[in-house]
Amino acid sequence: MDISASVLTYFLIPAVKAVVVVILVATAAGVLTYIERRTLAFLQVRKGPNRVGPEGILQFVADVVKLLTKEDVVPAKAQHFIHFLAPVLVMVPGLAVFAVLPWGPEFTMRIPGLGKITTAWYAADLNVSLLLVLAITSVGIYGIILGGWASNSKYALLGGLRSAAQLISYEVPMGFAVVSAILMARSLSLVEIVEAQRTHQMWFILPGLVSFFLYFVSGVAETNRIPFDLPEAESELVAGFHTEYSGFRWAIFFLTEYANMITISAIATALFFGGWLRPFPSVHALAFLDVVPPVLWYVLKVSCFLFVYIWFRGTFPRYRFDQLMALGWKTLIPISLTNLVLVALAALGGFRGLRILGIVLWGAAIGAFLIVTRLRAAKPPAAKTAPASVRARAAEA
Amino acid sequence: MNPSMASYLPILYFAIMAAIIPVAGLAAMSLLRPSKPTPTKLAPYECGVASPTEAFDHRFSVRYYLIAVLFVVFDVETIFLFPWAVMYHRLKLFGLVEMLVFLAILVVGYVYAWRRGALSWA
Repeated sequence: MDISASVLTYFLIPAVKAVVVVILVATAAGVLTYIERRTLAFLQVRKGPNRVGPEGILQFVADVVKLLTKEDVVPAKAQHFIHFLAPVLVMVPGLAVFAVLPWGPEFTMRIPGLGKITTAWYAADLNVSLLLVLAITSVGIYGIILGGWASNSKYALLGGLRSAAQLISYEVPMGFAVVSAILMARSLSLVEIVEAQRTHQMWFILPGLVSFFLYFVSGVAETNRIPFDLPEAESELVAGFHTEYSGFRWAIFFLTEYANMITISAIATALFFGGWLRPFPSVHALAFLDVVPPVLWYVLKVSCFLFVYIWFRGTFPRYRFDQLMALGWKTLIPISLTNLVLVALAALGGFRGLRILGIVLWGAAIGAFLIVTRLRAAKPPAAKTAPASVRARAAEA
Repeated sequence: MNPSMASYLPILYFAIMAAIIPVAGLAAMSLLRPSKPTPTKLAPYECGVASPTEAFDHRFSVRYYLIAVLFVVFDVETIFLFPWAVMYHRLKLFGLVEMLVFLAILVVGYVYAWRRGALSWA
């Protein structure tokens, strides 16, 4: 390989990808805030932001301008340098992860003056990608706990501690869920995991129903989202670890939260939903689905998960802190250990064993669902009449 | 440069880009944004009477420490499982038995911690 070619592969192309992806993610996070507000409004039968631009689509631009030009308030007694360092420490790992997310397969394109170039819809395909994702995202915890501590405010301090405790607690079931996915794919490389779902002729959601459930629940907790947004529980802790943050510094925390949501959704897609593969990648009758390019499939699947995030927010009330810790340590960890042993047993029988496990799991899940709905339907609905006091008031009116 | 190390370079570029946004954003916008600090504005947020002590001095529950220690135990466990999971299709039954023994030891510790109340937050 001559020097210009290695400059191209090792510097130019990845650097261009870094610039494009980081800007895209920052924009996507902004758009996501708008979509979230509109979706929440829809779920709660109100209008949501609809003034700035057509249907309020430019709302996030207005928000960005406002946040950028807002006064930068740092409490006088705060640790100034660490107070500044914390958002950077949160953002760097949050965006660095995007280097290994596999948005699509390799492709060749022709650039005038450079000739044919073969590159891929990801910046790096490492043989330890998945381990790297877990490692890098954990570093963000330092930013949160340092930000809470450096603010020198008791709400921020408690919020930061809570957040750290929550994040490390849910790291454990998440790790076990990821291990069961590796068992199925026999690789740590995200690209190979997606390709394995083509060669195994199934998405890993089939045998990985429980693993996916564990991964996504832990993922919601890892991103501090409702129903696990304890660190920011405003009724107890004002705004949690970012109580003393405002303007652009606060925006960085916020932006990273949405970037992390995209990361969790993207990893869930790659591990369990076939990444950029179309549904049923081995069925030839569905080959017409290949009209949709692989990248769009990936984006589509990730968008579905992001919608589920927002749907959660519109649906669930917040957990209490002791319930949250009990759920993580006493429920999710035993389930994830059992699930790991089950998957390991099934993997002894190769792909066929995994397929049988998948059919059993899905059968059990659908059966349980049917039985529960049948029982609910059989039982007369619990007293739907309002309490006496309310009925009396209604009668008056 | 060793090509296998060079494949990690994109992560460095991404990290640099990610660091540029907050640093450059804060620096550039200092020209545009107002700055009118007052003592009240710079006081830490407080509900009611301001706290006479620094938040740095506040004590917090020892349970945070317990959770951290338990996390280290379990996380190291997961790290051992990663290479095992990649090689499992070659280790076959031997790998399964070995890992079951390993998990059994962990579960003993887990049950002990549970019975001692280390997992309950109240």
